[in-house]
Amino acid sequence: MNQRKKVLLSWTALVAASLLSSQPSLANDELSKMSKDPKQWVMQSGDYANQRYSPLKQITTANVKELRPVWTFSTGVLRGHEGGPLIVGDVMYVHTPFPNVVYALDLNNQGRILWKYEPKQDPSVIPVMCCDTVNRGVAYGDGKIILNQADANVVALDAKTGKELWKVANGDPKKGETMTGAPVVVKDKVLVGISGGEFGVQGRMTAYNLKDGSVAWKAYSVGPDDQILFDPQKTTSLGKPVGANSSLSTWQGDQWKTGGGATWGWTAYDPQLNLIYYGSGNPSTWNPKQRPGDNKWSMTIFARDADTGIAKWVYQMTPHDEWDYDGVNEMILADIKVKGTPVKALVHFDRNGFAYTMNRETGELLVAEKYDPAVNWATHVDMKTGRPEVVAQYSTDHNGEDHNTKGVCPAALGSKDQQPAAYSPETGLFYVPTNHVCMDYEPFKVSYTAGQPYVGATLSMFPPKGETHLGNFIAWDASSGKIVWSNKETFSVWSGALTTAGGVAFYGTLEGYLKAVDMKTGKELYKFKTPSGIIGNVTSYEHGGKQYIAVLSGVGGWAGIGMAAGLGGDSEGLGAVGAYKQLANYTQLGGVLTVFALP
Amino acid sequence: MPKRLALTAAITLMALPLCVAAGAAGAADGSAPTAAKAAEAKPYKVEGGKVDPGTYNGYRRYGESCMRCHGPDGAGSSYAPDLTDSLKHMDYDAFAETVINGRKNVNTANNNVMPSFGTTEDVANYLDDIYGYLKARSDGALGRGRPQRIGD
Repeated sequence: MNQRKKVLLSWTALVAASLLSSQPSLANDELSKMSKDPKQWVMQSGDYANQRYSPLKQITTANVKELRPVWTFSTGVLRGHEGGPLIVGDVMYVHTPFPNVVYALDLNNQGRILWKYEPKQDPSVIPVMCCDTVNRGVAYGDGKIILNQADANVVALDAKTGKELWKVANGDPKKGETMTGAPVVVKDKVLVGISGGEFGVQGRMTAYNLKDGSVAWKAYSVGPDDQILFDPQKTTSLGKPVGANSSLSTWQGDQWKTGGGATWGWTAYDPQLNLIYYGSGNPSTWNPKQRPGDNKWSMTIFARDADTGIAKWVYQMTPHDEWDYDGVNEMILADIKVKGTPVKALVHFDRNGFAYTMNRETGELLVAEKYDPAVNWATHVDMKTGRPEVVAQYSTDHNGEDHNTKGVCPAALGSKDQQPAAYSPETGLFYVPTNHVCMDYEPFKVSYTAGQPYVGATLSMFPPKGETHLGNFIAWDASSGKIVWSNKETFSVWSGALTTAGGVAFYGTLEGYLKAVDMKTGKELYKFKTPSGIIGNVTSYEHGGKQYIAVLSGVGGWAGIGMAAGLGGDSEGLGAVGAYKQLANYTQLGGVLTVFALP
Repeated sequence: MPKRLALTAAITLMALPLCVAAGAAGAADGSAPTAAKAAEAKPYKVEGGKVDPGTYNGYRRYGESCMRCHGPDGAGSSYAPDLTDSLKHMDYDAFAETVINGRKNVNTANNNVMPSFGTTEDVANYLDDIYGYLKARSDGALGRGRPQRIGD
């Protein structure tokens, strides 16, 4: 009861504050301020712009070779560990995959556990999750820790005690609705997506009121205008109004109801424009023949008003997807010069292998170039229409059902998956963890059953012809749309990158190495093999006057599924020995947080 | 301890009606050999690296419903067991029982759950094809990657 009173009180304060001024609410002010403090890491991406940049600079290109692990923490969970810890004041919050344990660790007391929260979830949700039971981390806001559970419950915990403050169901696992993505607190709301593109869900973004978990707005990715929160006249795509029924008119009958467009990636926020940015995933099923039309607004970048959810602009990158190129990867907001002109830009490295630079105010498309030279399914993006020029040979729709379309690059896991890239305001470059994998893809007819996989394609994956490495870590110029440097990696790089003011970028590898590279040249300066493969994101913080680097290891996710036993060859090139490198020979399961510092 | 007992009871209860359902599904398809027949003859045909239509269909159905967890080519993943190994120790009946009823192994160390596919048409109707494909992989008769069909 006491708790409720407290919440009520702070809500009253909130209302009073918003009445006094038109400024954003207290929660947002507090969080915005905290995100600018380089000592803390208060949201999964470090800041609202998704830059994953730390202004800390004790660790430099000159001394990073002295880096060493200073403490470690076992999470007690074996599955794939994505996301990373939050650092709020003197407390570190560490999450795990299913069963979604949250730990609060006392940084003043050698990481002693202040509290532990473990939700009770029906384990029948486990197999409903596509590709491992990953979770990409918790959010902080207004004294609360927000957790997206696997079973689609959103829970708010008291950050001090770990006590449950409220809990709401954001979906139904019996219909294939689960959660893997991280929530994001914006002003007095928490934004929550949904997973289940392989189960025919109707994807959506929901804003819950932070005070009590009530729904503020809900915006679907596919469906009628009132469900997708589009204004036919005001919502634009490449500068033109989308018109009425912009989604419905691109689906046959009511296929949109099981049309996918899941929202399991990352959400960015621009406080000045008051817009949130995120992408939607694949249309369901993976068999394109079964769903004629552009299938809007799957595979789309959304810019929505943070208060109302109404879409300001949208851009569909892969109309009528034929390869499972989800559009959910992070949107990085950066004020850069594009071909000489300063732009409030949004930069997005899509699964489809193109990196898009857009004007985030207007939704204008400025640059769209391949960030892996292997990409072959489209020759280029038409800058007028925004549509990719699809190569017929690689069109699984053109080749049809029960036909094996061979040698499509990238594979379904994309030139990059959810593992977020980082931006450095000092170099002006983007640092991108990538996959270097191609596929054969054969679509076939499937029937929809609620809660059952709705995939409709089978595929085999292998490295591009004549190559044996499966990943690259690259530096990208978003103005010219060119790779500046590229480091080969044995396996896909499935770990989120970090840039620092010390001139060092960090990322993890599937074998389990934490690597530090010179941001200017890509030269490897340091590596350390953690207990398991890294699919988590690298974080930096300062405590007691010292800079730390933290990362979760714990192999798994789609990377663990696709590569544990090594990739198969394509039907012709079965001799490609390199493709048989088995991840299982390099690393095994186990969730561990490793924290590094200089001596 | 009481919890574990309760769980076992629940699985047993669940298993009974589903077994019946699966039997019906197999019969409806018309192509399902009986378990005894499957045991005496190889459930697949591989000639010069090429496979019969059933085994090929098994490969495809595997890709639809199993690969997301068990990895490409039945070879296992960080998430679920290597089926080319499992089928060395598991006969057709045990395979069918597991696919139809699912399996739970949830305790302090593990969070492994295989769902029940007894009512999933894409699996239950093609159980024998999937078994044939995986058995060919397990026996070493079929390599990795997409098999070619006899006559292709």
